[in-house]
Amino acid sequence: MRISKAFKLGLVAASFAAVAATAQAQTVKVGVVLPYSGVGAEFAQQVDRGMQVFMKLNPNAFGPYKVELIKRDSKNPSGAEAKTAVQELITQEKVDILTGFIYSPDAIASASLFTEAKKPAVIMNAGTAWITNLSPMIARVSFSMWHAGHAMGEASVKNLKAKTAVVGYSDFPPGRDSLDAFKRAFEANGGKVIDAIPMGGPGQVPDFTPFFQRAKDRKPDVFFVFVPSGDHAVAVMKTYNALGMRQAGIKLVGPGDLTPDYKLQGMGDDAVGLITAHHYNADLDNAHNKRFVETWKKDYGANATPDFMAVQGYDGMAAIAHAVVAMKGRMDPEGTMNALKGWKFDSPRGPISIDPATRDIVMNEYLSEVVKQGGRLVQKNIGVITAVKDMCKELKEGKCK
Amino acid sequence: MDAPHTAAGQLARRHRFQWWELLPWIAAIAAFFAFPTYLAFGTQLLIVILFALSLDLVLGYAGIVTLGHAAFFGAGAYTVGMLASQLGWNEPLSGLLAAAAVAGLIGFVSGLVLLRTHGLTLLMLTLCTMALLEQAANMGAHWTGGFDGIPGLSFDKILGLFSFDVLYFRSQYLYVLAVLLLCFVAVRMLVYSSFGQSLTGVRENLLRMHAVGAPVRARLVAVYTISAALAGVAGGLFTQATGYVNLSVLGLERAAGVMIILILGGYGRLYGAFVGAVAYMVLEHMLAKAYPTAWQLGIGVTLILVALYARNGIIGIGEALLRRLRGGGQA
Repeated sequence: MRISKAFKLGLVAASFAAVAATAQAQTVKVGVVLPYSGVGAEFAQQVDRGMQVFMKLNPNAFGPYKVELIKRDSKNPSGAEAKTAVQELITQEKVDILTGFIYSPDAIASASLFTEAKKPAVIMNAGTAWITNLSPMIARVSFSMWHAGHAMGEASVKNLKAKTAVVGYSDFPPGRDSLDAFKRAFEANGGKVIDAIPMGGPGQVPDFTPFFQRAKDRKPDVFFVFVPSGDHAVAVMKTYNALGMRQAGIKLVGPGDLTPDYKLQGMGDDAVGLITAHHYNADLDNAHNKRFVETWKKDYGANATPDFMAVQGYDGMAAIAHAVVAMKGRMDPEGTMNALKGWKFDSPRGPISIDPATRDIVMNEYLSEVVKQGGRLVQKNIGVITAVKDMCKELKEGKCK
Repeated sequence: MDAPHTAAGQLARRHRFQWWELLPWIAAIAAFFAFPTYLAFGTQLLIVILFALSLDLVLGYAGIVTLGHAAFFGAGAYTVGMLASQLGWNEPLSGLLAAAAVAGLIGFVSGLVLLRTHGLTLLMLTLCTMALLEQAANMGAHWTGGFDGIPGLSFDKILGLFSFDVLYFRSQYLYVLAVLLLCFVAVRMLVYSSFGQSLTGVRENLLRMHAVGAPVRARLVAVYTISAALAGVAGGLFTQATGYVNLSVLGLERAAGVMIILILGGYGRLYGAFVGAVAYMVLEHMLAKAYPTAWQLGIGVTLILVALYARNGIIGIGEALLRRLRGGGQA
């Protein structure tokens, strides 16, 4: 009698366990393609940590489903390496969804694979505007170069009362896109771009002096600069101050690539007064961001700071979590893309959503000024443009048609 | 007739096909069946072998020290890419011929100027030629796509029969393998011809070649042109197989990478390109898969070991072992 009762209890427990096991067995495989080696490793680390922080702060975001991350190095931005990595993730690891992609060529080269294999891809950086047009399987949680460039053009006229501008840019697609976006918005609001100066490539940091001297000679109200986030930005600050452009009354403005959060303190007083438009900085004042930065500093050291790429990794995981739960762990491609379209999220960078028409991100652009507070450089919020779409596709510019 | 002199006999026999020369091709076919999900990687590997083989002609056989060989790889890659994107010329085989012609022409013209110099000057000039082409491709972004490249290229069926396999790369692998085989046979005939012998002569003793009245510079320009055309074919295959091309095809990273591969395998030896590419790329691929952030350490240590203990590359190790075995037999 006793034995049979215990036996029955055991059976019940076992069947519960079995139900729980089938729910748990639903594992979603996520292929992560990032440049873990080489010059891009710094960016990959930001994105990778952003993803980790999301998993840590939101352990229940995936519901009862398990997520397995399979990481691959996309090495150099030739496109071919990333494409091989994506191909093997699809054919060997049978991933359900792909994510990562720092460099635009990596996403561009892989787009035909997403379409052919019907695998949804959540782009966590790659900023060339027309990437989302390449495949119906692409959704982007990062930005297009037009987001910040266009916002800065508008704000330069409306907030900074500028009438003339000179643009200096690194001569590769993100630079040219920034030039086009800034110029379009600046001139649409009544300003005039009086010179555009290509300033070398993204590969190595050039001596900016001749370019900046040419800009200074034109005496514009604002000098809009796009250079790759990182060491280029530090050199820009130094040259701007060395040539006394601030004293000449020329305001230095640009997208947030000029103020990478993890390099800001190292720029010193040179950076004070710099005005940028961007979708994120670590000093944004909201509860979600406070928790995000706090966790980051606790895990990676007091001197570590998340930047915009980190928050893109964070939001990318949030988007994937949403899709996994919506699809109940069975990642049918069309269903997954439908779940991603129109997805809304309260991110550390404020409210964001995926535009159902373009599968690109809609988010706030923050205008901020670098100020010194208590011996630290801080980005002070001086304005915001809400719910900004990718203006390249909105205006149907060039390749974005 | 008496038994021929051993040295003369060896010279007469050296260009005959040996049975073991079939092995790499059998291995390549076996890999096609054994690793069906690795063929994207395999295709890239075969393309690098062809590229390294073209470098071996100039560096290994003719002794022309160049660090700018990606100029021709890139010229071929862009020729195929731009023909397809600008003119809608998507036929793969004629695309390869055009790639060979354009890259060969650039090789011929630049060779006429560059090959008047040698040593470090030559090295710098080859590097400059490549940098000029890279900058031209960047400035002509309207046609080349620049850093973002030319997206979404697709090509007609190979010979009108086999369409490109977007997901599994099966047809690309066999196509590239067939082209590699044709090019290899051509290179093999070339290096064992009297032309090839005269190149080795130039490499080993320039003064003596001048003294015997050999047209040294004409020979060098000729081999430089042929090598450029082969590199152009490799570049064309790269664009066709990847369906994409961007500035990286003209970069120093690619030029230096193929040189490392050739030296690792053993230069001036027909199979050095094969051994080097397989050893380097398989090691890199597998390490990068297992340790995405730390794989370069493994590659670095391997290269240091080879540089320290195997000056003649991996094939050199094999040769030394064979010599020792034979020497042991005689003793």
